[in-house]
Amino acid sequence: MRDRTPDLLRKLFPAQGCRTRTIFSAMKIAVCIKRTPDSESRFKVVAGGSGIDEAGLKFDMDDFASYAVEAALQINEKQGPGETIVFAVGPDAIQETLRKAMSMGADRAVHLKADGALFDGLSVATALAAELKGGGYDLILFGKHAFDSSAGVVGTATGELLGLPCVTAVSQLDVGGGKGSARREIEGAGEIVEFPLPAVVTIDEGVARPRYPSLKGIMAAKKKPLETKPAQLGAARVVVKAMELPADRPPGRIIGQGAAAVPELVRLLQEEAKVL
Amino acid sequence: MPNVLVFAETRGADLRKVALEATTAARAFVDANGGGEVHALLAGPSGVAAKAESLGKHGADVVLVCEHASFARYAREAIAATLAARAKSGYRVVFIPFSSNGRDLAPRVAAKLDAPLASDVTSVSMSGDAITVKHPGYANKVIVELTVTGSPAIISLRPSAFTPAEKPHAGKTEAIQPAADPGAERVVVKDVTEGAKGKLDLGEAPVIISGGRGLKAAENFKLVEDLASAFGNAAVGATRAVTDDGWRPHSDQIGQTGRQVSPQLYVAVGISGAIQHLAGMRTARTIVAINKDPEAPIFKVADYGIVGDVLEVLPALTAAVREAKKG
Repeated sequence: MRDRTPDLLRKLFPAQGCRTRTIFSAMKIAVCIKRTPDSESRFKVVAGGSGIDEAGLKFDMDDFASYAVEAALQINEKQGPGETIVFAVGPDAIQETLRKAMSMGADRAVHLKADGALFDGLSVATALAAELKGGGYDLILFGKHAFDSSAGVVGTATGELLGLPCVTAVSQLDVGGGKGSARREIEGAGEIVEFPLPAVVTIDEGVARPRYPSLKGIMAAKKKPLETKPAQLGAARVVVKAMELPADRPPGRIIGQGAAAVPELVRLLQEEAKVL
Repeated sequence: MPNVLVFAETRGADLRKVALEATTAARAFVDANGGGEVHALLAGPSGVAAKAESLGKHGADVVLVCEHASFARYAREAIAATLAARAKSGYRVVFIPFSSNGRDLAPRVAAKLDAPLASDVTSVSMSGDAITVKHPGYANKVIVELTVTGSPAIISLRPSAFTPAEKPHAGKTEAIQPAADPGAERVVVKDVTEGAKGKLDLGEAPVIISGGRGLKAAENFKLVEDLASAFGNAAVGATRAVTDDGWRPHSDQIGQTGRQVSPQLYVAVGISGAIQHLAGMRTARTIVAINKDPEAPIFKVADYGIVGDVLEVLPALTAAVREAKKG
């Protein structure tokens, strides 16, 4: 456990809360994470098509969420004694994911308990915003989207509900001195932005490669605080009607060997596929 | 008689292709559901009004033109405020492209309006008052069908899932004011670093030539670029292995953690076809694979496979495509 959290600093220097932050640049960072099935899995849909068959699937922290956790840890390592708190909305199984984030180095975790498939991002954002509001976070990080819903709604919507500046899908991030700068990849170009803190930022690939939890980290995580409370979800107005597997592509075919097959390929592209 | 509001995305004073896709989708949606009006919101710098004609041609009845110098770049807060303010006035659905900026914008608008949002949608239908959409989730491995309750329904559309088609309507322009000061953004765009001039974006290129480790060295990507230039309408992509090694920029990565693309033609060069890569391109209409290993998984999805050394096959293919384009 860290011995100098910003809360402690603020207690020590109650009249100089702002100066405390300037002196130590300590940041209080929230990271909202998600647990998703291993993306390499072969998925099946349950009978009736109400969802995917979770039997045999391995779940772990979503890739983009893990980049966000790593980004928060690196910022706090660079800026001096800060605090990283992880949040997740979901069933009890998500506690394992929160523990993993703590084994990477997060200081504590908050589990907002909710059951079922959560495909209404705005509903989830409502629960997170209610929890994060008034928490005094300098920075709130999310993955740019999660593998399962692949929608990228929760982070941005949470930022909007909190009324904070929000920058999405950043591939580079630099914060300090009460402000941040970031790069976003947009189609065929990069966008460089600056923004004041506190802010909400969603993390794309490129910002940070997640560390593996050390054995020491795993042991320490067992003793770190994990608070559980019910999620105050907003109304779910986007709900799953059915799931199905995409139609298989026709089986592939090999048309030939080496450069000798090129004329046949060109003919097929012209006459059959009509793309040339 | 549902009326639909479309966010007609711009870059500078140019209309993006996704704006025409969304307008086409809106026209088709309205026409399939008993008629109604399509209104397109066109925000950009001075002079962007000239793009209204193209939106009309693709089915917009009204083009709401919002010109402001700060809209030369993506002024996210003012755009969201303006779109949300307009969306309140009686639209059943708001279509926004699921582009880099559109996917940033849609949740802002939904949160402002407390309206339901369905993202990255490939089809939309309405029966009675219920809206149903399809969204490829789990990196395109599972098609998720969602019902969306409430009005206006904010729906972001996957780029390339809808093909722009002309269906001329009035496209009557109406000037509107930004609902928030675009000069007072908290998130300030300091710079936009454009890629090479005339370079097609992976999400919009009809043809993608993509390279993997089988190219053996970074400099051999020149062969991939040559083939792309022979096609003329092609962009260059890469596998994660290649972008991780720094042979190509991260923004070129196609796959589960990179771009997910659906071009008309995808040529996989020296790519084995790891499942993460397939997740990014399996929805391409036609797939060509060139790889020396006949057992490579890419051949299972390739409509046309050539087994061979890419360094030998590529120059031959480039020459043949150049020849075919001439004829």
